[in-house]
Amino acid sequence: MLSGTKIKMGGVVTATLETEGGNLLEVRGLTKIFGTLKACDNVDLTVGRGEIHALLGENGAGKSTLVKMLFGSLEPNAGEIRWNGQVERISSPGAARKLGIGMVFQHFSLFDALTAAENIALSLDDDTPIATIAAKAKALSYSYGLPLDPYSLVGDLSVGERQRIEIIRCLLQTPQLIILDEPTSVLTPQEADRLFETLERLRAEGKSILYISHRLEEVKRMCDRATVLRHGKVVGHCDPRKETASSLARMMVGNEVQAVVRDPVQGMDKAAALLEVRNLSRTPATPFSIPLRNINLSARAGEVIGIAGVAGNGQGEFFEAVSGEVLQHDAASVRIRGKDAGRLTISGRRLLGAAFVPEERLGHGAAPRMRLSENLLLSRHATDRKAFLGTGGTVQTRAIASAAQRIIEIMDVRKSAPDPEAAALSGGNLQKFIIGRELDRRPAVMVVNQPTWGVDAGAAARIRQALIELARSGSAVVIISQDLDELFEISDSIAVMHNGELSKPLPIAEATFEKVGLLMGGAEPGHVEPVTELA
Amino acid sequence: MFESILITIATAATPLLIASIGELVVERSGVLNLGVEGMMVMGAVTGFGVTLATGSPWLGIFAAIAVGALFSLLFGFLTLTLVTNQVATGLALTLLGLGLSGMLGEGFVGQPGIKLGNLYIPYLSDLPVIGRLIFGQDPVFYLSVLLTVAVAWFLFRTRAGLTLRSVGDNHGSAHALGINVIGIRYLAVMFGGACAGLAGAYLSLVYTPQWIENMTAGRGWIALALVVFASWRPWRVLAGAYLFGAVSIGQLHAQALGIGVPSQLLSSLPYLATIVVLVLISRNRRLTMVNTPASLGRPFVPDR
Repeated sequence: MLSGTKIKMGGVVTATLETEGGNLLEVRGLTKIFGTLKACDNVDLTVGRGEIHALLGENGAGKSTLVKMLFGSLEPNAGEIRWNGQVERISSPGAARKLGIGMVFQHFSLFDALTAAENIALSLDDDTPIATIAAKAKALSYSYGLPLDPYSLVGDLSVGERQRIEIIRCLLQTPQLIILDEPTSVLTPQEADRLFETLERLRAEGKSILYISHRLEEVKRMCDRATVLRHGKVVGHCDPRKETASSLARMMVGNEVQAVVRDPVQGMDKAAALLEVRNLSRTPATPFSIPLRNINLSARAGEVIGIAGVAGNGQGEFFEAVSGEVLQHDAASVRIRGKDAGRLTISGRRLLGAAFVPEERLGHGAAPRMRLSENLLLSRHATDRKAFLGTGGTVQTRAIASAAQRIIEIMDVRKSAPDPEAAALSGGNLQKFIIGRELDRRPAVMVVNQPTWGVDAGAAARIRQALIELARSGSAVVIISQDLDELFEISDSIAVMHNGELSKPLPIAEATFEKVGLLMGGAEPGHVEPVTELA
Repeated sequence: MFESILITIATAATPLLIASIGELVVERSGVLNLGVEGMMVMGAVTGFGVTLATGSPWLGIFAAIAVGALFSLLFGFLTLTLVTNQVATGLALTLLGLGLSGMLGEGFVGQPGIKLGNLYIPYLSDLPVIGRLIFGQDPVFYLSVLLTVAVAWFLFRTRAGLTLRSVGDNHGSAHALGINVIGIRYLAVMFGGACAGLAGAYLSLVYTPQWIENMTAGRGWIALALVVFASWRPWRVLAGAYLFGAVSIGQLHAQALGIGVPSQLLSSLPYLATIVVLVLISRNRRLTMVNTPASLGRPFVPDR
């Protein structure tokens, strides 16, 4: 007993020494409360000098809240932050920068209408002239292999280039700690590799990095230590290199995630094409959107086609054109079940048997302040006119309520009230409802944009399984996603969108991360063959 | 004849220019204040009243600037602190200003005013044709041109101007960088109010030195249209103000000469011109987006 105490004391002494020698940042008992939700509950975190520290957790686990407190954009309700052993109150991002904390945001905090150099100037507190900043930024960007034109307008840049601006902006402040919030979620695998090289170089220079991610492979590959968060609490500190991907996943999620089962399909060549896109082109609607260039795609009964691509390469524009949010000039450029649909509205296309789930859940997929049953009617009033509407257009409340209930049960939607407003549901549960609302019709064609973005692992697995089952029951399913792991898990073939062009679909047996990654980076320009002979 | 027409055009353009330059700064910060008319008319009545009481047009002008800024502070408090709807609040401000000024100015109706004297720059004002036009104007005329230069320089050549534009482009990002969005918007709104107050005082102390109820007669609305017409660029505001000033003077001369153009059509010209410009600039959407403050009129509530 006595010897046990001694050992414990020894441990404490070592810890104190470490604080003085190695630890840059120590967080003790940090808590942030929003209303009734404890977004961060008594969180501890220690980051040493020259280490890449991973902050792991599912969406909504409190990672972003935690780093916002470290960067001074949120004020903690309780707890203390020690920086170089000193207790500090970080009251603003400016104060954080002064201490030497820099941050690269997940949703970039850039200004579209300003140039790269002006964007950088805004985060520097001194009054350096823009020309000097531009020259410095250019030199620094080339030295790190992240070339950047400081006078380009941010609105014209790709997501990868925007991230470069954020990183350069951060480095110009010569920070000791760099916080990166989900940096690879918008990058191609090759761009991500380049980012990792930069980060390793920064580590070698003695800088510390707090790396937020839910991608386990990259964390295992690069990070020295990891802190895992779940529901706002720390569930463990570990060395990610000594863990397996599944043991890390278990820590993040709390239980084993059910694997998605995908049976191989047979006789695909003979199946009928249910959705055909022929020579679809579109001029950009806004200066910052992407034109579509001669897109061809054919989705047959029984198959899942995945469309990969870095965000902002025309996926949104493609979805709008296919779903009928934007009409085409040529009616034959979109065909649903053998009928020309290019001039039909969303309801017209739905009546042909198609279903669509847009990327933006609140405001696009669902009206935030309306109840689930009302949202059900809003999307299916045309296709289910007989069931949902009486004579003269009166609303059949009971029929709608029972259909909503059915969807809620099948998709396991968890909610706090019998028929809550859409905005009251968590992202994952609302997405389950929106997908379920379309699946409930047994559509012949289903097009989904980012099916599991911001959805927790359990709900994501359920959504993916449901989409595969729909395809196997004889429908054609097209899934646009930025998550390559997801596409490889559920697709029968994968096509890649780059700069408004769509590659030919690669059968899943031939597709590799590397091949798809190269296509995402635009390795094969002009790959769309001119379609002269249409059968 | 020609010279005097040019001088009257400058006098008609100056209040438009001052009010528009002020509103341009407000809108560049992302706030849409539709209360320009109300703030202008408050400035007009204050300027006239204070001048009448003290005998000094300069005191009148300073009082009008202060009242304009105070009036806009009310707008700022409502829209920025209490996050009310900017359009509705701006309209309310206009209605309040028109009503309040009518009440305060009841005793001033029919009283002779004091005109702010002109500044004659020695020798230069004796030059033919342009002498009086450029070197023999009232002090506020010079101030209006200086103001345009200063605002153009401030917005595009200084760090503070860059910060203000960034707030108008994306207030969320600005907040994330630690920029005090609300504070900057308060300052911009008050600058716009001060300018509108000055423009109003110009009407009752220079343009027609007397007080008439509703004497702004829609100039606040023209100033608002001008900002859009100029696609939020200060130099284009200057050009637009003189163009609109020329149209309103041309309308008077056309009437005097008995040219058969209905005056209502001529009075509506500034608005028609704004619509035409909007259509034209929307063809080049990239330029529009670069100049249009993307956060314009959007409410901002910081999370903390």
